[in-house]
Amino acid sequence: MTTTTPGTTGPAVARPARRRRPGVAVGCGVLALVLAVLAGIWVGALPLPPGAVVVTLADRVLSVFGGHLSGGLAETQAAVLLELRLPRVVLASLVGAGLAVAGAAYQGVFRNPLADPYLLGAAAGAGLGATLVIAYSPVQSVGPVGIVPLAAFVGALLGVGAALLLGTATGGSHSPTLLLAGIAVAAFLAAAQTLVQQRNTDDLRRIYGWLIGQLGSSQWSDVVLVLPYLGVSCAVLLCCGRALDVLAVGDDEATSLGVHPGRLRLLVIVAASLATASAVAVSGLIGFVGLVVPHIVRRFVGGSHTLVLPLSLLVGGAFLVLADLIARVLVAPAELPIGVVTAFVGAPFFAGLLWAGARRR
Amino acid sequence: MTDRTEERPDARSGSGARVEVVGLSAGYGRTTVLHSVRLTVEPGGWLAVIGPNGSGKSTLLRSVLGFHPHEGQVRVDGAPTTGMTRKDRARCLAYAPQAPVLPEGITTEDYVLLGRTPHRPLLAAPRGVDRRIVADVMERLGLAPMAGRPLTTLSGGEQQRAVLARALAQQPRVLVLDEPTAALDLGHAQQVLDLVDRLRRQDGLTVLSTLHDLTLAGQYADRLALLAEGRVVASGSPDEVLTAQALSTHYGARAEVVHGPSGPAVLPVR
Repeated sequence: MTTTTPGTTGPAVARPARRRRPGVAVGCGVLALVLAVLAGIWVGALPLPPGAVVVTLADRVLSVFGGHLSGGLAETQAAVLLELRLPRVVLASLVGAGLAVAGAAYQGVFRNPLADPYLLGAAAGAGLGATLVIAYSPVQSVGPVGIVPLAAFVGALLGVGAALLLGTATGGSHSPTLLLAGIAVAAFLAAAQTLVQQRNTDDLRRIYGWLIGQLGSSQWSDVVLVLPYLGVSCAVLLCCGRALDVLAVGDDEATSLGVHPGRLRLLVIVAASLATASAVAVSGLIGFVGLVVPHIVRRFVGGSHTLVLPLSLLVGGAFLVLADLIARVLVAPAELPIGVVTAFVGAPFFAGLLWAGARRR
Repeated sequence: MTDRTEERPDARSGSGARVEVVGLSAGYGRTTVLHSVRLTVEPGGWLAVIGPNGSGKSTLLRSVLGFHPHEGQVRVDGAPTTGMTRKDRARCLAYAPQAPVLPEGITTEDYVLLGRTPHRPLLAAPRGVDRRIVADVMERLGLAPMAGRPLTTLSGGEQQRAVLARALAQQPRVLVLDEPTAALDLGHAQQVLDLVDRLRRQDGLTVLSTLHDLTLAGQYADRLALLAEGRVVASGSPDEVLTAQALSTHYGARAEVVHGPSGPAVLPVR
């Protein structure tokens, strides 16, 4: 290795060099996610003994191979674990991971720290789709799939699609035009959603409940529903880290480095929007995660997307599992809306980070 | 170490290429900014494009690099750039813009490593040879002590050198510099131009730049092209192009041209 050891020779005013080993950072992220998931499983309205939880889970895994372990949870407790808590924790981690990695990708592709996964009309489209079917749909599901997740998913993709069409038709893939097109589409869809909502005040409670986000009714079928889309889109985004680093120097310079900024941006936006649409479909509009988790991650590992993207994925998953945990236990047996908790917990935490960062300088 | 022979790990570029611009016209919307521009830069030569504000200097460079739609042809060693892939073009022409975008939160070394992008698959991690080339370039440009510092904490002169280092890490045959001294004071401007001149002489790089400071342009470039209203109105050696008559006609400037040992110097007259 010929890399020079940095930091020691620079003047004292320089901030410490951000060159911690990537493996360590990713390891910490994995650890955070694992701990959050374990806490999410153990803690709840019905306390489950941690040892018995582990035994029960191990027994389930072993039973696939014909093995058996005794000393697990009683039947009701096992049902709570396997049918209520586990799918909820898994879904929370998937949704959090998807929103955070999509947020990091949006921020990178628009070179805009205020970008979030809902920027291009995904949220407004999903909101309109969900509101329409809650208000007017005669059926509750299409086959095994609930009509609300389906409408939200389609609405989110249509919203982003409209923004992309409008943006590229008016200004190529130049990012400020695309942003403005997204704002126009989002405003239009949000207005339509409000109109439908106002004309159907009987459904207001359900619509509102969906809009602020919820994980309370999570089932394994939700996990199965989103996993393929989230898996594919997150895999694409994680591969785009280096490409986003090149894009960070601006379109002209990226072109001079042999890259096609327009195509790259389109690929990243489509992948991030697919992740957002699938997350929104099963959980509603959970705010804050996609905006702030990437910033929290950058505070620790610097700006390179090769680290920011995978760590946003891990930290986003852990963050939403913990937020959901708080939503469940704080006013148990009632629940707080998860979207309220993410902002309520996340905002002071982020403010603290900003403050600490300012002092360190 | 089989890659040593094929990858030139000492970061010296291949010999410079001849750049020919033939009948290049470009514009914005319906406004034509460049009218059938014709230029040649010899291999290992330094052509500085000079001209008053709005004469089309930056548009010319951006067209040569393929950022801006244009008519006419740009040839590198006889091969039209329109027939090259973006990657091939990037291995041949490197670009340092007038106002580079400096990404937040990345180290100087990681920034210079971006210059290796055209030499490996976009999704692949940098290899040992990429890191060696980057370390060598940074050493030559006096940036080695700043390798681990965040790019945005460097001084203006250091940042300009970091941008140059990134361009050199591309191992190009032609260096395209848009106002490399625009944000620098005289001392730092001279440092950067000395550096470019040294790289050109050591590596035989071809340099195509714009320079708004006429005296510096005359001292460092071996050929000048004077652009006015989108046309090349004079080209040749600095002594031929920098005349009081030309400055008066095309810049509307009152100036004397003094011929010193290191080239013509432009002296404004009040």
